[in-house]
Amino acid sequence: MPETPADRAYRGYTTLSAIAIPALVCVLAVLIARAALPALAADSGVSVIGRTWDVGRGQFGLLPALVGTLTTSFFALCIAAPLGLGAAVVAAELAPRPLRAPLAFLLDLLAAIPSVVYGLWALAVVVPLLRTRVMPALADAFPNAALVAGPQYGPSMLAAVLVLAIMILPYISAVAREVLLAVPRTQRDAALALGATRWEMIRDAVLPYARTGLIGGVMLGLGRALGETMAVTMVIGNRHTLPTSLFEPGYTLSSLLANEFGEASAEGHVSALMAAACLLLGVTLLVNGLAQWLVWRTQHGRIGDHRGAD
Amino acid sequence: MRVDLTGAGATFPYPLYARWFNEYAQETNVRVNYQSIGSGGGIRQVLANTVDFGATDVPMSDADLERSRTPIIHVPMVLGAVGITYNLPEITRPLRLSGEVIAAVFLGTITRWNDPRLVALNPDATLPDRELLVVHRADGSGTSYIFSDYLTAVSAAWAAGPGRGREVLFPVGIGGKGNEGVAGQVKQMPGSLGYLEVVYARQNRLPVAHIQNRAGRFVSPMPYEVASAATSVVDAQSSAKDLRISLVNAPGPQSYPIASFTWLLIAPDAIGPRKTAQLVAFVRWALADQNNAASTLGYVALPGSLADIVLDRLEQATTTPPRP
Amino acid sequence: MQGLLWTAAMLAVLPLVAIVTHIVGSGFAALSTSLFFKSPAPAGVSGGGMANGIAGTLLLVAMASVIGLPFGIGAGLFLAERAGTRLARITRFIADVLSGLPSIVLGIVAWELIVRPSGQFSAIAGGVALGALMLPLVARATEEMVRLVPNALRESALALGYSQWRTSLTVVLRTALPGVLTAVLVALARVAGETAPLLFTALGNAYWSLNPTEPIAALPLQIFSYAQSPYDDQRAQAWAGAFLLLVLIAGLSLIARLVVRARQRLLRAGPSRTDAS
Repeated sequence: MPETPADRAYRGYTTLSAIAIPALVCVLAVLIARAALPALAADSGVSVIGRTWDVGRGQFGLLPALVGTLTTSFFALCIAAPLGLGAAVVAAELAPRPLRAPLAFLLDLLAAIPSVVYGLWALAVVVPLLRTRVMPALADAFPNAALVAGPQYGPSMLAAVLVLAIMILPYISAVAREVLLAVPRTQRDAALALGATRWEMIRDAVLPYARTGLIGGVMLGLGRALGETMAVTMVIGNRHTLPTSLFEPGYTLSSLLANEFGEASAEGHVSALMAAACLLLGVTLLVNGLAQWLVWRTQHGRIGDHRGAD
Repeated sequence: MRVDLTGAGATFPYPLYARWFNEYAQETNVRVNYQSIGSGGGIRQVLANTVDFGATDVPMSDADLERSRTPIIHVPMVLGAVGITYNLPEITRPLRLSGEVIAAVFLGTITRWNDPRLVALNPDATLPDRELLVVHRADGSGTSYIFSDYLTAVSAAWAAGPGRGREVLFPVGIGGKGNEGVAGQVKQMPGSLGYLEVVYARQNRLPVAHIQNRAGRFVSPMPYEVASAATSVVDAQSSAKDLRISLVNAPGPQSYPIASFTWLLIAPDAIGPRKTAQLVAFVRWALADQNNAASTLGYVALPGSLADIVLDRLEQATTTPPRP
Repeated sequence: MQGLLWTAAMLAVLPLVAIVTHIVGSGFAALSTSLFFKSPAPAGVSGGGMANGIAGTLLLVAMASVIGLPFGIGAGLFLAERAGTRLARITRFIADVLSGLPSIVLGIVAWELIVRPSGQFSAIAGGVALGALMLPLVARATEEMVRLVPNALRESALALGYSQWRTSLTVVLRTALPGVLTAVLVALARVAGETAPLLFTALGNAYWSLNPTEPIAALPLQIFSYAQSPYDDQRAQAWAGAFLLLVLIAGLSLIARLVVRARQRLLRAGPSRTDAS
């Protein structure tokens, strides 16, 4: 049947809707970059390598927040990646079949819990635990280590790292599990036919095949950690200095935005915060883009191709 | 729900304003919606004329007043005090502090509770040898302004360093969000010390320190001492052009050293005579405070003489004939 | 080695168990009728509730849906129907990247577009931010569900003389509808729990307000502020709010899973079975 005007309208509607998504990202990037432009001026006080964030004096050094974002995410990844990958292997390969779906559901549920609820729990459980037991124990075990030196407040880089690790773990394991499940049967069957044990099959036939995707999954976790706001704000201590110890309070780019955006009135302050947002957006776009690319590549030939049941 | 007046600004007086607006609405059917977004936000919205009135713990600067297209009146509504609260189970009597020592704590030069300077001020207490954990504000606030205003007045090192402002770079300590955040942190951390509006300490049964005032006496932020600070400063500056007066480090033997006005900001020409009249009526009702909301909540009402001065000035400023 | 992997899995699930137990324990205990029907009491006074936050969240999600649903479902249909085209591939990729970005950035965009020019915080700004957040989630969810419908169904409809748009909307989408609806509900639940985009758009409100041009309370905002509060009863309310969110999200996720599995089974059985719905 030839195309009617109604058909054209429908096509227009769906096409427009689809365009809206890349358009949204462009609008995002352009708006924030434009609002951050004044920060590029030499006298704006904004500096990516500046260490001092003193609003009253017009100094906006972004380094502490940037370093905070990068280090908390990195350490969180170090904890979450092995655990997440291990959980994914168990959920995809090792667990008895009836257990697999419930296990996967549990892990997905972890991913769905809102960030503010994680923060609430961390504030009520993790921070006091750190302050009363973990920090003193660590300080006693490593008395001269700079990494565990300093007053034991509770809210600290360490608290942020732990909360982030718990939060990104399910993302890593969900993507890793999908990637593992996408490895074709032929790979597994071939290994088993050659006499491999269960673990040997996983190690030699499945994992190498899925490696790119697994790396992508880990990077997705990194992307989440970099952008995580609420839970981190509640436990990181909100201090604008380059921390030298895990026990010290610190700051991240997203916490900075969460705490100061609402009250910022001076033009210089607002454009400095926009510069921070720009930085955050740039880093997360890069990491997430790369991660998605890696994941797409494993699951299907071309980027953006549909992956799934068929 | 019909709203007659909208306002925004300071978080410090918010509990009191909330109760006042609630009771006022029940008595007069005039509804007021107030957003406690901070003094900075309040000033910004009054300048932009997006609210009927603002509220601030920080007086507007001369530069800001110039920027305004119409005159803005600062109306002191109530007195507040910034207290130093702490969590130290080892001591039973109130902690004594002086301006210099407080500055040293927040500058990071005093790091343990049994520092000689603290012991010197508290000879009867057995201060333990433990870390002194500092809590300050993570967000910009009028409370920080008042506190840093005080430290600037009493400590040369502080004046040269972080200085005075709504957002101050604190060299040490963790930041809590809002007065509640600071109270929450101090309550949960033994060995901690922080500054906040005294109201929040009282409501959470947190102790406040006795601070040495300019006359050398150790004073706690009880209503009488806070009111004394106000009256002695206003007496000393009775010829001041407007009421944007700082009350920190007030003279007088009874004065509490970290007291402050909190102001309503009214721009009569911008909002028109009807709303101005409504606001003036509210201010008169609030300053009379028949239901004692202020003292119940831990604020200090303006002493009668001061309230009269404020109302006089307000009426003078708002009954000038409208511009042609 | 297997033992190591199992340990990893147990360690991974442990925090979940801890969190859920704590939320259910503290949250359930703090539930009360005043939580649902009263707005917050003035500071320090007990007996207040989160009624305005619950209502605010519902309104915000409704406003977000005005943007997120029509465009999201439309985009999902596009992705399913014109799957191999360049635009589809780009959109699919970008949608996944977008849903991984920090949600506070969307709040900043809404602030720049709405709050800054208008000079005030408003529920609309919050709704717009959440709508943008919803868009890629709904699009991908719709695509997955529409994809489940066998091609044979579409072809039969076209062969019978249905026009393209009619086929897509009244045949394909309608068949996929239960799955789409549940996936959409899951996306709504996720959006309902977001806090960061609301911090400086909707801002929060201590009073009851449903005015879109005024700041509005929201459940996650209240949880955020009560969590750090020194008042014990406010902290208890934070747990109750967390419990509500958890029940909403977990419940919908579970239902979504069951519905999807049922639809998959049903739709794989062949076109003749789809009339059963």
